[in-house]
Amino acid sequence: MREQLEKIEALAKQELSQCAGIKALDELRIKFLGKKGELTAILKQMGKLSPEERPVIGQLANKVRTDIEEALSTKLSSLKAEAQEAQLREETIDITLPGKTAPMGKLHPMTQVENEIREIFMGMGFEIAEGPEVDDDYHVFEALNLPPDHPARDTQDTFYIEGTDETVLLRTQTSSVQVHVMETQKPPIRIISPGRVFRSDAVDATHSPLFHQIEGLVIDKGIKMSDLKGTLEMLMKKLYGNDCKLRFRPHHFPFTEPSCEVDISCFNCGGCGCSMCKDEGYIELLGAGMVHPKVLENCGIDSSVYSGFAFGMGLERMVMGRYNINDLRLLYENDVRFLEQF
Amino acid sequence: MNLSMKWLADYVDIDVPVKDYCHALTMSGSKVECYETEGSEISNVVVGKILSVVPHENSDHLVVCQVEVGGDEPVQIVTGASNVNVGDIVPVALNGSTLPNGIKIKKGKLRGVLSNGMLCSLGELGLDKRDFPYAVEDGIFIMQEDCEIGQDIQSAIGLNDTSVEFEITSNRPDCLSVIGLARETAAIYGLPLNVKAPEYKGVEGSASDYLKVDIHNTDKCQRYCAGIVKNVKIEPSPRWMRERLRASGVRPINNFVDITNYVMLEYGQPMHAFDLRYVEGSHINVRNAVSGERIMTLDGVERELTEDMLVIADEKKPVAVAGIMGGEYSGIMDDTTTVVFESAYFEPSQVRRTSKALRLKSDASSRYEKGVDRLVSMTCLKRAFELVELLGAGEVVREVIDCDYTDKTPVSVDFDSAWINDFLGTDIPEDDMKEYLSRLGFTVADGKVTAPSFRVDIECRADIAEEVARIYGYNNIPSTDFRGVARAEFTPEQKFIRTLRNSAVSLGGFETATYSFVSPKYFDKIRLPEDSRLRKTVKIVNPLGEDTSVMRTSTIPSMLDVMSFNYNNRNEKAVLFEIAKEYLPVDEKRGYQGDDAFLVNSGKPRHEYEYQLPDEPDRLTIGMYGGNADFYTLKGMIEQILAEVRVSGVEYVRASECEVFDEKYAFHPGRSAVILKDGVHLGIMGEIHPEVQENYGIGTKAYVAKLNIPELISLAENEITYRPLPKFPATTRDLSLVVDDNVPVAELEKAIKGAVGKILEKITLFDVYRGKQVGEGKKSVAYSISMRSHDGTLTDEQADSAVKKALKALSEIGAELRG
Repeated sequence: MREQLEKIEALAKQELSQCAGIKALDELRIKFLGKKGELTAILKQMGKLSPEERPVIGQLANKVRTDIEEALSTKLSSLKAEAQEAQLREETIDITLPGKTAPMGKLHPMTQVENEIREIFMGMGFEIAEGPEVDDDYHVFEALNLPPDHPARDTQDTFYIEGTDETVLLRTQTSSVQVHVMETQKPPIRIISPGRVFRSDAVDATHSPLFHQIEGLVIDKGIKMSDLKGTLEMLMKKLYGNDCKLRFRPHHFPFTEPSCEVDISCFNCGGCGCSMCKDEGYIELLGAGMVHPKVLENCGIDSSVYSGFAFGMGLERMVMGRYNINDLRLLYENDVRFLEQF
Repeated sequence: MNLSMKWLADYVDIDVPVKDYCHALTMSGSKVECYETEGSEISNVVVGKILSVVPHENSDHLVVCQVEVGGDEPVQIVTGASNVNVGDIVPVALNGSTLPNGIKIKKGKLRGVLSNGMLCSLGELGLDKRDFPYAVEDGIFIMQEDCEIGQDIQSAIGLNDTSVEFEITSNRPDCLSVIGLARETAAIYGLPLNVKAPEYKGVEGSASDYLKVDIHNTDKCQRYCAGIVKNVKIEPSPRWMRERLRASGVRPINNFVDITNYVMLEYGQPMHAFDLRYVEGSHINVRNAVSGERIMTLDGVERELTEDMLVIADEKKPVAVAGIMGGEYSGIMDDTTTVVFESAYFEPSQVRRTSKALRLKSDASSRYEKGVDRLVSMTCLKRAFELVELLGAGEVVREVIDCDYTDKTPVSVDFDSAWINDFLGTDIPEDDMKEYLSRLGFTVADGKVTAPSFRVDIECRADIAEEVARIYGYNNIPSTDFRGVARAEFTPEQKFIRTLRNSAVSLGGFETATYSFVSPKYFDKIRLPEDSRLRKTVKIVNPLGEDTSVMRTSTIPSMLDVMSFNYNNRNEKAVLFEIAKEYLPVDEKRGYQGDDAFLVNSGKPRHEYEYQLPDEPDRLTIGMYGGNADFYTLKGMIEQILAEVRVSGVEYVRASECEVFDEKYAFHPGRSAVILKDGVHLGIMGEIHPEVQENYGIGTKAYVAKLNIPELISLAENEITYRPLPKFPATTRDLSLVVDDNVPVAELEKAIKGAVGKILEKITLFDVYRGKQVGEGKKSVAYSISMRSHDGTLTDEQADSAVKKALKALSEIGAELRG
């Protein structure tokens, strides 16, 4: 019997080694270990053995069973591994084929830059105010210290609305929103106001009869001109990086005093002078100043108690500087091949 | 304003490189646009002397000259000019020289004879006869200047001044003058300003012997100074004066006209010189025009005047429009013998209004309307006389006429150095402030700062702060963070629009930006009926052109334009959207009943105005063509956007039956819908009408939607409440129905919803089929109906009974279970 058992084990191992598939392996398991298998058949003859032989053969039989089981299990794992490997090999794909995309559009580059500016200002506690684009003379000019006959009002720049005796017009500046806000809100005021403005400029690479401004206004007790500088420097460093430099030049706007124009170090040469900045090193960026006391008084704010600053910048110019766009018309043509670049 | 640096040097001793000078002036508020050195385009052109002139051997019209140019040997030059003679002093462009406009001169052979350069005419040097009146128009410039042979032409004829072009802001008319800029220069550099009071000798007599002056409107003309020059000699001005005028961008004319221009450039005060002969009755009346009165102005245009205009008149007629332009026949002529000089002060808004009404601008009017120094009139008259005597142009009659009604009270405001430092955020010592102010012509005393009369812009202490700041240097002011806590958040509307925009992008839309004004032609292009409300627009009085002349009443044409542009640029497909306004006129006059009807800060009523402003509602406009664009793609996009902004339960009804959106005529009647919720019209969408497609040159089917944002906001659900996850399983039943083709599926769904009731969880349409098997004029529609109860697992009986009810309701609208 011992010989029989050893023969079975040897046979099982031999057949196992030749076994090539999981199904064949299962057949082997049944052949050797199944209820009608060879090992079982031998064990059924255990009864014929002497009491002395029985435990010895029993032990041996168990060992043979365990050995075969182990061999089966080892073989199974290796077969599974082989099969998985084969499957993975077979499933290999060309990973350089293009991806399957869901359609995705883009925000207009002007919206993207405007959003960035909005976020920076919201972080500084500014709210976003809006006002009408078709507005009256009072809010666009008169309240802003541009009385009738003021030389800074020039008919050719303003679009007037028919049938209103030039009292209704398309706002030429978002500064009109300042007036709307000051009329309805008590200081402290901290707003920015992005929006469309209109001026009678023929279309070319740098002009458009419609463009966007972002106006800012801060009114509180003790607001200083140095606060204006600090705020604008913070904005520009966040937008254009810490290396950019600002330059403040005296200028004139009827609604601010002192007034300034602010230049930024050239995007192209960083301030050394190049063809883009006409060798100046700086590019004109925005207008700003301390809110004129008359403007405060026109809006019912006591200029002996409150002071403030205001600034206004052209969005198109910032977008063009940001992305190196050389023709403003592209922003309003809306060619998808342009829009998808941003 | 073009400033001659040579002229500037008369008043301030400035010696810095011109580039640095321009920077310093720019940074203190007098912005320099550019500067140009005259004659910088010219090189290697020298003064030469003609030694001999002989005929050219091969030509009738050419001559060969030997010209002495300062070297050892004379040079040979061939010229076609006929006005050269031996001994003439001429400009010679040598071999390798350059002339204005990039012209280069090289030696070469002219009909076989070597020519080593060119003799130049005035024109070839970039000049004309007004610069050198003695020269001939066409022909070589035969020079009468005091110069040396071989000398550079620039220095020989004074073509070496540097002209700096300033862009002066409208509040600083005083800087539109040499003295004004000299004062700024002196203040910035801390240098003395050398301006002397003008002096003249004059001959015995008084202007009042020749002329009488009366001002009838002393509000509008506060000062009129007049003087007489007799026995005048009209001739060209001397070279130095012509050079300075030229560098200032003014063409020399004759000595008297040049003197008026010279004084105007120097002091900023417009001057007028006219012939006494033409002053009828020898009586000047500064008065309002009589209605209908006419004058032919110097520009040769006859103008009709109105009563509110001010004129300078003699006893019979106006001879000038005050402060703007003289009459055509009053000017200085070659035979003029007695000249009247006028130096006056006119009220700025008067000049501006008249100039605007007559559409007539002049150098004088642009200065008067900004405001000239009201106390400088007499000084300027004296300066003109000083120049007349210097030029030997005539005899100045000593006594002048001075009608003076000016208010001499200077403007003064509080001087508070602590306030200025607080306002600027600086720490400037009070003495420094005083120093800056005094350099600019202000006087500080007794806590007051007094502005000089030429500073018409000074009104309040902020103006003084600006003066201090700009001399101190804006860039020396520190940068600080201001204090205080402020709340900052988007308004609900702003948040809503942000969500809308982002969802349109995530669904494949590219955002566009289009003009708010459009062409009125769009009415017809989108097939609006003649009486459509949308044809009533906010119109621009002075548009750039018809294409931008009306404010749009619909955003759809703008979208169609963009689609057309893309289609015609061969972009195969596009999904586009824009969030922008429409401008809808409001009928009633007056109004604005908004929250801001009163000033919260003052309690006073707001400024009143007569005309109602238009409504400016925001719209989301979507356009698509190409790719998989069709009605249902567009509708799917809208459904997803509406879900994102939480507007649920909308209905789609045929646009052709809608009375609200007149844009429906732009759409295919069978393929367009109006989106409704609770009776509110939210928008319109669909396929563009083939005719409209053609009108816009879009060669493929185009789909457009417009959603009204205010209405969407009003119907959006703001609150989100959590619903517990279901505890019990859902039961599903599929129904395959046959129904008349013209019954919309929305009706079937409505019937199912009503019948199944509360336990209905979801209806999913999974098939629509038309074909022989279901019969002509029929369609088969297949639904999967999911039902669920929150109280327990539904029994088959409950589900079947619900379905039975649904089938009953469906059969009432003609839908039967498919056999």
